[in-house]
Amino acid sequence: MLRQPLTRALALSSPARAAPLAVRRYAEIAPQPDKVEVFIDDKPVYVPPGTTVLQAAAQVGVEIPRFCYHERLAVAGNCRMCLVEVEKSPKPVAACAMPVMKGMRVKTNSDLTRKAREGVMEFLLVNHPLDCPICDQGGECDLQDQSMAFGSDKSRFTDIHFSGKRAVEDKDVGPLIKTIMTRCIHCTRCIRFASEVAGVDDLGTTGRGTDMQVGTYVEKMFLSELSGNIIDLCPVGALTSKPYSFAARPWETRRIDSVDVLDPLGSNIVVSTRTNEVLRILPRTNEEINEEWLSDKSRFACDGLKRQRLVTPLMADSRGNLTPVDWEDAVVAAARALRDCPPDKLLAVAGDMADAESLVALKDLLNRLGSENACTEQYFPLEGAGIDLRSTYLLNTGIANVEDADFVLLIGTNVRFEAPLLNTRIRKAFIHKDTDVALIGPKVDLTYDYVHVGESASIVKDLASGTSAHEVLRKLEQAKRPVVILGADQLKTQEGAALLAYTQELALRLQDKLEDKNWKVLNVLQRTASQVAALDIGYKPGVGALLSAGPQVVYLLGADSGVVTRESLPKDAVVIYQGHHGDAGAAIADVVLPGAAYTEKRATYVNAEGRAQQTLPAVTPPGQAREDWKIIRAISEVVGVRLPYDNLDEVRDRLSQISPALVTYGDVQNNNYFAQARALAQSLQKPVSGNLDVKLKTLEDYFMTDAISRASPTMAKCVQAVLKQKQSTY
Amino acid sequence: MLSSLRSGVQGLWRVSSRALQTTTNLQHDSLFVHRDTPEDNPSIPFEFTPENNKRVEALLAIYPEGHKRAAMIPLLDLAQRQNGGWLPISAMHKVAEILKLPRMRVYEVATFYTMFIRRPIGKYHVQVCTTTPCWLRGSDAVLNAIKEATGCEVGGNSPCGKFSLSEVECLGACVNAPMVQVNDDYYEDLTVDDTKEIIEKLKRDEKPKPGPRSGRYASEPLGGLTSLTEEPTGPGFGLQDALKA
Repeated sequence: MLRQPLTRALALSSPARAAPLAVRRYAEIAPQPDKVEVFIDDKPVYVPPGTTVLQAAAQVGVEIPRFCYHERLAVAGNCRMCLVEVEKSPKPVAACAMPVMKGMRVKTNSDLTRKAREGVMEFLLVNHPLDCPICDQGGECDLQDQSMAFGSDKSRFTDIHFSGKRAVEDKDVGPLIKTIMTRCIHCTRCIRFASEVAGVDDLGTTGRGTDMQVGTYVEKMFLSELSGNIIDLCPVGALTSKPYSFAARPWETRRIDSVDVLDPLGSNIVVSTRTNEVLRILPRTNEEINEEWLSDKSRFACDGLKRQRLVTPLMADSRGNLTPVDWEDAVVAAARALRDCPPDKLLAVAGDMADAESLVALKDLLNRLGSENACTEQYFPLEGAGIDLRSTYLLNTGIANVEDADFVLLIGTNVRFEAPLLNTRIRKAFIHKDTDVALIGPKVDLTYDYVHVGESASIVKDLASGTSAHEVLRKLEQAKRPVVILGADQLKTQEGAALLAYTQELALRLQDKLEDKNWKVLNVLQRTASQVAALDIGYKPGVGALLSAGPQVVYLLGADSGVVTRESLPKDAVVIYQGHHGDAGAAIADVVLPGAAYTEKRATYVNAEGRAQQTLPAVTPPGQAREDWKIIRAISEVVGVRLPYDNLDEVRDRLSQISPALVTYGDVQNNNYFAQARALAQSLQKPVSGNLDVKLKTLEDYFMTDAISRASPTMAKCVQAVLKQKQSTY
Repeated sequence: MLSSLRSGVQGLWRVSSRALQTTTNLQHDSLFVHRDTPEDNPSIPFEFTPENNKRVEALLAIYPEGHKRAAMIPLLDLAQRQNGGWLPISAMHKVAEILKLPRMRVYEVATFYTMFIRRPIGKYHVQVCTTTPCWLRGSDAVLNAIKEATGCEVGGNSPCGKFSLSEVECLGACVNAPMVQVNDDYYEDLTVDDTKEIIEKLKRDEKPKPGPRSGRYASEPLGGLTSLTEEPTGPGFGLQDALKA
């Protein structure tokens, strides 16, 4: 079946649409057709045939105004704002849809072009309300900007019949997106995003002519984990952010580039702040990670940063209630507990959002106290190569390269909700490159068709040994660029090590046969933003054995996923919790040390593909909260094992001693030693029989997964809205 | 004195004509959003009848694999005919299910085309052409006659529920103006009396004879032919003798 109309497919796969070359490391080098020369405002430019006039103009730095055109979506050509004059053409042409022809002379600033733009702008404004003063898009509105730059200086719109402007009733598409449909200029970007990128075909145009409207026709929530992106795509104020509505104007806010930590991909974000308050989070373009999209949790959970915060150190009083104390008391109490504890009874547990600096400080502190018991909440099998070889626990293919794959095998992962933007890459490959996808694990909606191989782990074994009769094996073996993605959640079980061993075997067997020797097949998708850095630093994955040994002092570094509970600890154990939210960890703590969230510190996070990135402080930590590594450094001083770093640079020096990859920001290193990992794992290939299961199955599971999103009222509303939508007949 | 009076009057005039506008005029007789009603909601099941299922298969067979969505308009039309001339939302859902398309894609088509009617209508859908040629030939009188005879308002149903009345743009029978379309049939060259007779017959569920009412067969001139009146010449007419066989 054709996955989309042929014309669209052609338009989307044209070379000019591809992202910058640096990203496409594995892109096929097709023979380049002869370039054609075109003239944009008499400036010559050589472009491949099939390039549109608009793209050719962009190459010489001429920006043609547009509303409906978006480089990551199919060309629609319906707003007509990009009309330009082409010599020997009787009419102005739409630059976004017109392919260049040899010797074409385009005039982007001629009288005809200007008149055409003014005309289009005038028509758009006839049916656009003049409510800029109360519109949330004001200040970042394409229509505002372009009517200033290209519109007419006067209006001929006189409502001679006093009949009012066109008005359209607003839609209710959920708790994230506010719609004021009267402002809509019918660019259809949101519709195209929904059907092409998000894979949720719920938006469309209904009616015709002056009554045409963009919407869902029936009352229906826009059930996508990427819905927030249509707010960014909307060139006018028709779709705006509900949580951010009437909050601020763009010129009042300060924008700080940062990195998201709510999923393992480390999407690049911009944090908008005003008066020391995070107002909203927007995506920042990074072709290698998130393109220009952002998942809803990363975007809208930021109001959780203002709630449930730990703002002062707390200690349990005689009745066990946590009461505010001074930093000094809390640090001394924590230090005393650490000092008096026998090293083998000491346990440190790092949580989902711990940064590399605090991770290294905590591990150094423990080591200085003579303990090696630093572990993470997420488990990873230590048998075989364990965590010694980086390639065994990373997304080796790379996020951007996944879209070059020709076969994707997902094992025990619902990638749509575990890493939404990785899923958009797979979907992109599925649609534009006819990549096939197969899934082993529970049947879930991935927004594209896939072959469901089954739920049993033994299928992986059969595939690895080449004994499977399933067509997927043949397809995998024929694939030139196969990708195998294993969900890290599957490794928690008894059979985790064997499953990993089989996956390694399968991936390596495929990789050995590839012509492209640089292509990596094996991928392990971690679930949290901290896990890769923690494993790089040398944390033991999983608390299992260490917890059952009955620790006396447990140091929780933002460990909120409920792995450590009071029931699992001896009665007299002291729990020190350091973190930013009053969640599961703080609830069981004797001493609470308030830390900083990811928007409040300069900190290093390593994403699932092993790319180190840093967040920047957008706001100051609330109350008496402090940066996390500094708290640990302070405790070490009191314990009497002073850590040898006094500022961030020295901590990062220490990080680079452990692994240079932790401080090479933005880069991802080439992973290797696959064969060695495979050899070490040979002995682990024991029979497996269990079924694979994933935690996040449907959309309502996705929104609240960590301390920040659990504290977010917006995320809670999303869960409610999704559940309500499930009751609906639509 | 006079000037102040004038300005006062002008002020009055301005106030009255710039009264607070609360809603805009509806420019179309149907809504482009769906509202659940007792007659039309997704919990009312819709299934094609066995005969129509055969037609569905035949329609789908016309289009090649990968382009089955091209059958959407014929299928919607089939559903509309099966459902007494209007298209309930569950029929749209059924068509989406058959074509394996998102429901929105079907809603888009069903709302775009004016011949898909998304509200319950009467057994006889009377569409009166009021575009210029028909209007010049008295479509207003025809329209009024229908309104009187059926009790319909334009865009509404008759109290008995048997008729629905629409005003439509040109239906392409200008030579036989004025005309109305009742379901699939054209009634042309109408007078008020003809119209009344048609409606009366429809009320008794008899089928009036479709076509022109003026005694014409089709769209030939009313007063007989004015040209091409002679017998057509046979083959070989006008050939020079040398070429004749």
